[in-house]
Amino acid sequence: MSSFVSNFKALASEKTHDLRHRQFIRTALRGYEAARDRRKGAFRSWESARQSAAETKWQAINHLDAHLVALTAKLEARGTKVHWASTAAQAREIIAQILRDKKARSIIKSKAMTSEEIHLNHALEQEGFTVVESDLGEFIVQLRRETPYHIVFPSMHLTRGEIKDLFQRELGDAPSDNPEDLTMVARRVMRQKYIAADVGFTGANFAIAETGMISITENEGNARLTAALPKTMVTLLGIEKVLPRFADLALFLPMLATAGAGQPMTCYNTMYSGPRQPGEVDGPEEWHVVLLDNRRTELLADVEQRDALHCIRCGACLNVCPIFRNVGGHTYGTTYSGPIGSVITPHLRGLQDWKHLSNASSLCGACTETCPVKIDLHHHLLHNRRNASVSKPAFFERMAYQVFGIVANEPKFWWLAKKIGWLTQPFQKLVKGSALDPAKAWTKTRDLPPMPQETFKDWWENRK
Amino acid sequence: MSERENILGRIREALQTKAPLPGPHQARGTVMPAVPAIRKWLPPVGTSAEEQTVLFAQNAADLKADFQLFASADELKTALVKVRDAEKWRRIASHGGVLSDFACQALGLPVVLTDRSYHVQEMEQCDVAITECDLLVAQTGGVVVTSRSAGGRALSVLPPHHVVIARRDQLVADLPAAFSRLQQKYAPDYPSMISFITGPSRTGDIERILVLGAHGPKRLTVFCL
Repeated sequence: MSSFVSNFKALASEKTHDLRHRQFIRTALRGYEAARDRRKGAFRSWESARQSAAETKWQAINHLDAHLVALTAKLEARGTKVHWASTAAQAREIIAQILRDKKARSIIKSKAMTSEEIHLNHALEQEGFTVVESDLGEFIVQLRRETPYHIVFPSMHLTRGEIKDLFQRELGDAPSDNPEDLTMVARRVMRQKYIAADVGFTGANFAIAETGMISITENEGNARLTAALPKTMVTLLGIEKVLPRFADLALFLPMLATAGAGQPMTCYNTMYSGPRQPGEVDGPEEWHVVLLDNRRTELLADVEQRDALHCIRCGACLNVCPIFRNVGGHTYGTTYSGPIGSVITPHLRGLQDWKHLSNASSLCGACTETCPVKIDLHHHLLHNRRNASVSKPAFFERMAYQVFGIVANEPKFWWLAKKIGWLTQPFQKLVKGSALDPAKAWTKTRDLPPMPQETFKDWWENRK
Repeated sequence: MSERENILGRIREALQTKAPLPGPHQARGTVMPAVPAIRKWLPPVGTSAEEQTVLFAQNAADLKADFQLFASADELKTALVKVRDAEKWRRIASHGGVLSDFACQALGLPVVLTDRSYHVQEMEQCDVAITECDLLVAQTGGVVVTSRSAGGRALSVLPPHHVVIARRDQLVADLPAAFSRLQQKYAPDYPSMISFITGPSRTGDIERILVLGAHGPKRLTVFCL
């Protein structure tokens, strides 16, 4: 068993038994559920909107080369420097080199899951740069030296009391555990950091091929400030974020807000098309856009699962997933958790190491149903299971099925197996779930139904 | 070979095999929805300008933004002075423009203008930012500002209160109309920043409880003439 699997199992078992955690997450998501449903209901047709969004992303992803060429040509025409990175290591090096060239010391960051994916903060801190996360949730988990719990709500696992203690310890400032007071502490701390930072770093939610723009969605205004005050701006963009047309945002912005947070629109949706232009009063003098592949092209080559690249990272599938809600975000051990994380992580980080995530599913399909761009998530979990067993079949599983095949094909063996089962089942209760039980992995948390006194076949033969 | 060529090469190789079209419409020849089709699925906006003004006011109220419509410049002036006194403004940040100049004059306070170079620390000390805007969107209750129309990138997010002075004819019905108006006005020479501001800055990062004024303004006021 790889360490990824054993970590997952240990944490999952711990978290599912932590009733406080489960209750807390359920309460935290209750408001989201109500708001999301109300907002979906406000659409004249949410289903048609999903179909339109799926078709638009299909167009974008299936002509990705042309869209990226158009996007980067437009960006460069207005003075943006475009970099291409095949791997996480290349992306880290490109960004570190920009900072070295600028003789930068402090970097202010707005929320970017792609930067978590390439472990950017760690790499930059190793080189002696100061990196500050400005999104409140990210700032909190950074102070705790943790990874985000959820791709949209990074600190949703923490109570106000825990955050108060954290601020008291790390910042020496926490007037009360009132969320408003705590938010104002972060606001005060961050203000001067924006003004002092040499470089502003952002992620991206969409890239518009038609006009050469990057669109950033946020509620707090931290990305707006990050893109306004520092002299140099760096944006890290996964290549799958592209949309063909400017007007497509009219559909995607309200859908992202609705699916992601139950809002009609996120507070700030901002499109950037270049560094400060002639005649403008502020903004960065230099803007670097780093395009990141990091095995997205491998996912693109898998026709069956290509639509996983349609993902707009709204987090809706995490919120409805019974597995996510019980085991929590950190248990996954991945940058992207929940159903979408279970689908794409095997592609981004290796199937054999991460196939267990596709087994950690009830296949209820709630994720597929809620996905605003109609990614066939729960079938992709099955595809991953199939691909994993084809590329490296498990010895025990193969043996078990071979034995089952022999027994099931021979009436005498089948009759014998039934008899043995019927006779030994009462003893199974004695060892259920213990080390003596051969099927302990299964029976630890499940009951076997009792074998019938009389089988259908016996009944049919004896019915007169 | 450069990384650009490597990545584009891998993409082109992957795309040699076609992916099935999404959803139940696979027989259809074309797959991209036409832009006007988008409008049909979004929340309804009514047909008349009056309905849309009412809708904007409702949506703005839901977002906890203040929206007021004025019949005359005098009324606007009175309202501005009232907020100034209530919030005890001492210093304002703004930019040159017919409406913003009018507002600054009405308020009669020291002004930090962003039209030429300005000091960030000075702007940070201001109690309010007064800007113009490009559009008001009835469907969302939000405003659209750009780096060209609203005094740059920082002005509309740095001070704790953002007051937008707008004209009635800037109200558009829905998001598709907003994008098409921006395209008509600017393409191909877009301002380097276009921002859809939908309510005052907010966060729910602590126990999913709404707090206004996370990093941007705690208050957003839209005064429309």
